[in-house]
Amino acid sequence: MGMLSAPRYWREIKYRYRLIGSRCLKCGKIYFPRRLVCRVCGSKKLEEYKLSEKGKIETFTVIRRNPPLGYEKNVPYIVAVVRLEEGVNVLSQIVDCSPEEVKIGMPVELTFRKVREDGKEGIIEYGFKFRPTLE
Amino acid sequence: MRRVAVVGVGCTKVGELWDKSLKDLAVESATKALDDAGVERVDFVYVGNAYSQILQSQGNLGSFIVDSLGFNGTPSISIEAADSSGSLAFHEAYKAVKLGWANYVLVVGVEKMSDSTPEEVAKALMACEDQDYVAFTGITQAGLHALVLRLYMERFRIKHEDVAMFTVKAHKNALNNPYAQFKNPLSVEDVLKSPILADPLRLLEYTTIADGSAALILCPLEEAKKITDKPVVEVLGSASATDKFYLPERIDSLTFNATVEAAKKAFQEAKISIDKVDFIETHDNSTIMGVISIEDLGFAEKGRGTTFIVEEKIPINTMGGSKGRGHPIGATGVYQLVETVWQLRGEAGKNQVKDAKIGLTHTLTGIGNLAAVNILGCL
Repeated sequence: MGMLSAPRYWREIKYRYRLIGSRCLKCGKIYFPRRLVCRVCGSKKLEEYKLSEKGKIETFTVIRRNPPLGYEKNVPYIVAVVRLEEGVNVLSQIVDCSPEEVKIGMPVELTFRKVREDGKEGIIEYGFKFRPTLE
Repeated sequence: MRRVAVVGVGCTKVGELWDKSLKDLAVESATKALDDAGVERVDFVYVGNAYSQILQSQGNLGSFIVDSLGFNGTPSISIEAADSSGSLAFHEAYKAVKLGWANYVLVVGVEKMSDSTPEEVAKALMACEDQDYVAFTGITQAGLHALVLRLYMERFRIKHEDVAMFTVKAHKNALNNPYAQFKNPLSVEDVLKSPILADPLRLLEYTTIADGSAALILCPLEEAKKITDKPVVEVLGSASATDKFYLPERIDSLTFNATVEAAKKAFQEAKISIDKVDFIETHDNSTIMGVISIEDLGFAEKGRGTTFIVEEKIPINTMGGSKGRGHPIGATGVYQLVETVWQLRGEAGKNQVKDAKIGLTHTLTGIGNLAAVNILGCL
């Protein structure tokens, strides 16, 4: 369905590998994912902003049935809203943690993983995920 | 500006209709609506459809459906906004008649999902969310609802049993709807024992694959009075609104602002207060979205939606809603309007709301980035 072309994958690499969003140069608002126009002040002057790599789980789910094409091998897998230290929320898979262990408020940190293997061009896609914070 | 009436309605049964194509469904509902209105031709056709390009590889539905109806040359447009496709097609049709740009218009909501596998449908349902940062995580539409459900129960200390009541009531109402997909009564226990789709959301809390089509005819109110002997249903208010596209940016409030804004605008146009509404046909593609929608529309305080539903303060989703009647995505908004017209005309059968004068319909797209609200009345 036209999802996984090589250019579509590589143009997001920088942002998805390193969790880079945007910061408005005028009002300072921080966003993820990156934006071209500030929603608060309307400015079009935004810079790339590297988000913090630590946060905590606000809410989560475990995908158990009817995963999208390309994710079947991962079932069951955890997806959560993670609140980063800046107060910015991101949606991410949670790994190195069983569905029985995950809970709201759990401290998590950024990691880098394979996301899926799919598509007519046979690309192996990577991106950010989060895992429980290592002591 | 002219006053606008709904002068004809019709729909197909909802379900996995293996022997019917997208075209068959659209022609069946449109023909019923035209017959109901006693109208043979219209000035414009508005189609509401969400996924025919993805699930049927069929685009250009405006021209496709006009030709199927034998309306050679009639202009048309197809509108896509996932769950709100049908509501927005109606909204555009309403504006055309209100502004005097067309006299008779046909609105057709249609969806054909059962030719596709559950995996193909699961992927299609994510088309209304951000592909690069939401779909990329592997979350499903059911998973997004589950994120909201968990946060809601945690924040407001609500029991899952109370949220699940939404499904129980939907299936109860669907029993008396001859067009409904599901005709089986359910208990709270049935819902909470059904398989988990995405923790904590259960299978019976969520809608499933459905085919169906609903249609209606709009014309100026004065014209309607001339051509029909039935009670004339007027469109009192119609509005839509959008919200931040990325769910994590707006999940904290557990309020879907698109609903709040659309409702505010629709009530302003209708010049009525919320206590005048006799029944609601609200968005409910999952239990939790039904509960939150009741709150966001203004019928219950935040965190009190389940109490409102359990106490049945006013009738909700009288013909079963998306869970009971079924959810042929792009057609659902039109189904709600058709069912509202039945109620206002006194044609709703066993589920007739007594003395129904004003009804409200509401659809919410995906996990809440767009909403549409319509208020109809028979005064």
